[in-house]
Amino acid sequence: MSGVNGAAHSNQLSLDRDLVSPFTALQAMAESSRCLYCYEAACVTACPTAIDIPGFIRKIGTGNVKGAARTILDANIMGGTCARACPTEVLCEQACVRNKAEAEPVLIGGLQRYATDVLFKAGVQPFTRQAPTGKHVAVVGGGPAGLACAHRLALLGHEVAVYEARAKAGGLNEYGLAAYKMVDDFAQRELDFILSLGGITVKTGVALGRDVTLAQLRQDFDAVFLGIGLAGINTLGVAGEDLAGVADAVDVIAALRQRAAPPVSLTGRRVVVIGGGNTAVDAAIQSLCAGAAEVTMAYRRGMAEMGATGHEQDLARTQGVVLRTWLAPREILGGGGAVSGIVLERMAMNAGRLVGTGETVTIPCDVVLKAVGQKLAPGGLDGLALAGGRIQVDETLATSLPGVYAGGDCIKSGEDLTVQSVADGKAAAFAIDAYLKA
Amino acid sequence: MADLRGTIAGIKSPNPFWLASAPPTDKEYNIVRAFKAGWGGVVWKTLGEDPPVVNVSSRYGALLDSNRAMIGFNNIELITDRPLEVNLREIAAVKKAWPDRAVVVSLMAVMTEEAWAGLARRIEPTGADGLELNFGCPHGMCERGMGSAIGQVPEMVEQVTRWVKNATRLPVIVKLTPNITNVLWSAEAAKRGGADAVSLINTVNSIASIDLDAMAPTPTVGGKGTHGGYCGPAVKPIALNMVAEIARNPDTRGLPISGIGGIGTWRDAAEFLALGCGSVQVCTAAMTYGFRIVEDMIDGLSAWMDEKGYRSLADFQGRAVPNVVNWNDLNMNFVTKAKIDKDLCIDCGRCHIACEDTSHQAIRILSGDGKRLFEVVDEECVGCNLCAHVCPVPDCITMHEQDTGRPYLTWPEHPQNPARIQPPKAAE
Repeated sequence: MSGVNGAAHSNQLSLDRDLVSPFTALQAMAESSRCLYCYEAACVTACPTAIDIPGFIRKIGTGNVKGAARTILDANIMGGTCARACPTEVLCEQACVRNKAEAEPVLIGGLQRYATDVLFKAGVQPFTRQAPTGKHVAVVGGGPAGLACAHRLALLGHEVAVYEARAKAGGLNEYGLAAYKMVDDFAQRELDFILSLGGITVKTGVALGRDVTLAQLRQDFDAVFLGIGLAGINTLGVAGEDLAGVADAVDVIAALRQRAAPPVSLTGRRVVVIGGGNTAVDAAIQSLCAGAAEVTMAYRRGMAEMGATGHEQDLARTQGVVLRTWLAPREILGGGGAVSGIVLERMAMNAGRLVGTGETVTIPCDVVLKAVGQKLAPGGLDGLALAGGRIQVDETLATSLPGVYAGGDCIKSGEDLTVQSVADGKAAAFAIDAYLKA
Repeated sequence: MADLRGTIAGIKSPNPFWLASAPPTDKEYNIVRAFKAGWGGVVWKTLGEDPPVVNVSSRYGALLDSNRAMIGFNNIELITDRPLEVNLREIAAVKKAWPDRAVVVSLMAVMTEEAWAGLARRIEPTGADGLELNFGCPHGMCERGMGSAIGQVPEMVEQVTRWVKNATRLPVIVKLTPNITNVLWSAEAAKRGGADAVSLINTVNSIASIDLDAMAPTPTVGGKGTHGGYCGPAVKPIALNMVAEIARNPDTRGLPISGIGGIGTWRDAAEFLALGCGSVQVCTAAMTYGFRIVEDMIDGLSAWMDEKGYRSLADFQGRAVPNVVNWNDLNMNFVTKAKIDKDLCIDCGRCHIACEDTSHQAIRILSGDGKRLFEVVDEECVGCNLCAHVCPVPDCITMHEQDTGRPYLTWPEHPQNPARIQPPKAAE
């Protein structure tokens, strides 16, 4: 089956080659025939967007590949991105009964990519909008949550205006996912596909709180959806954080995805990434891809507590990233503006609490990348109730303000994954539709 | 190691695995390769009178499963398209070089004694071990009054068999077509005509598929297609039934049978042998994988026989025949029920939905520890086996005989049968 970057390549990842090679028709046939077409299948339950996985795989097997793509996209309009970026090893594929049967799940992600690629290549628009309702909805944030919400609203006959702060819509699909998971311009092709439905206009370079206010949107539109993500970045809070060799991992990843120079030079450098999540892994591996001499990931807790999945940890190791645990940053060393190393304190669990041991280690390095999480950016949220640092929503994803809904990373729903944001956006669209028709 | 030698209608072979009359047995070259691979015998592809037939381009159709495994195979090829003399010369050469192998020659002709007897007399001097009369081809040749056109008329089967028997000292095997209403009529006719054995089944009349772009049957010959002969794994159950009918029919019982139809493994072969066959003939499996499959056919059959304590084919040949009975002879009091092994279960739910949607609502879902628990409701289970067949895990669902304490009771004796046989009244 498909291996890392394909059997024909070396195992070293690169920024412009698929991490997992797309299936050939033969592979798709062989893999689809492994699906047992389970009744009330566990894989469907494990998917936040509840794609009818046995249903679409059966369609691949019968040669109804575009029908398979429609089944996928009807549940998850970003099925193409999710096929590439989802941690399937902890979602659908983890639930596959073939794991019990033969310790090897049906490669659902690969089949999903195969089906959606066929549809995209054919340039088919499989959906038709319902009759116009005359209602207008503002969607703030052109990421997975916002676009999924906009697409479903447009399908339901509403007119949607999407406001995106960055130069391009797509959110983390465009700026956040690792390059080897989203090669070429897939995020923009998927965006074009979504917009080709009609009824959605996208205004880029418009930020909430800077260029537009929530109050104004509530006045101009019949409803508002907030899919603003987490634009604020956590800091380490240690001395030396302002040195020139220190950068936010998300900025490095975004620059690499845009084929732009990263905020810190990586070529030939020794890099330490602080954090244990998927962003940390993505930053670490891509630093190597971009020419870093050596990369160390330092996480304050143990392997088991890492946000990055076991699969991602393994990927980092096989790419040559050194994973170090129970180390928390205490000081970034440097002189003349440049970084020369980082001091970390050994951590331990004591009576259920993470505590410093007082012992420190110093890792010489030239670059420190911070990947210790993002937070809600405070601007523009006037009057919205927050909970746990996120926008507070009820079970219908309604915020504390009437007619205002929210989803994606800016609320606390499930995992901070594209697929969860799409699920939120879709659910919010149905709730908004019900609100508008009430 | 078990003795696999067999004799059928006086024809001996070192093992019961023969290649059927078909494309793989059209030439010396192929047959020598087959004998080198270990095949016990061949039936040479059907000879006819000169001039040879002409074949069309594109000849095979197939029924594939979702992973392209061959389930069924169909052909519209005719008999050998090489001159008779060439075939006869090669047959003689092969038999001379491989004296221990069975070399049977298939033949076909129009409905005259001169044609059939003439061909038989031409073949005899080659040293061939026997003749097989092709009464089966359901395509092409039948339109010329041959093949199944003869095989479908019992009187003609009997007549031709008699003509050939009178013309030659060679054993004569009559190959039967399944494209009839009752195979016993033609089997009995063959026996009346003096056949030394029958072989069956020939191919089943079929259209392999319709090409939905060309809107024509496959194989497609320049935009048109025709019905052809169907074979491969899918026809095995049809063949087993017809073999069993002949084996247990009082008028044909004991008539040697060479089994044909979907045989690809030693297990398939053992099933035919258990129904009384003295040899088996293979084509589709060899055409799918090449001649080397015979290695495991020999090895597997031999190992299985050793395990069962059968020293020769005769030890188990026909052993299943007495257990093939009419429905009316089945025990109405026998009860079996499904049991699901929860440890082997992988939680796919197929048994449940199959039973729930299409059968007896006898498998319920209980929530288990981390996975669903499927349980058979004994009161509803009729022992139909559907769940065991749809389960993807071997031996996860097994059938268990229930002790009812009731005697063997057939439908003719059953109290609910309005036409039941009245038990004899006790003497008053």
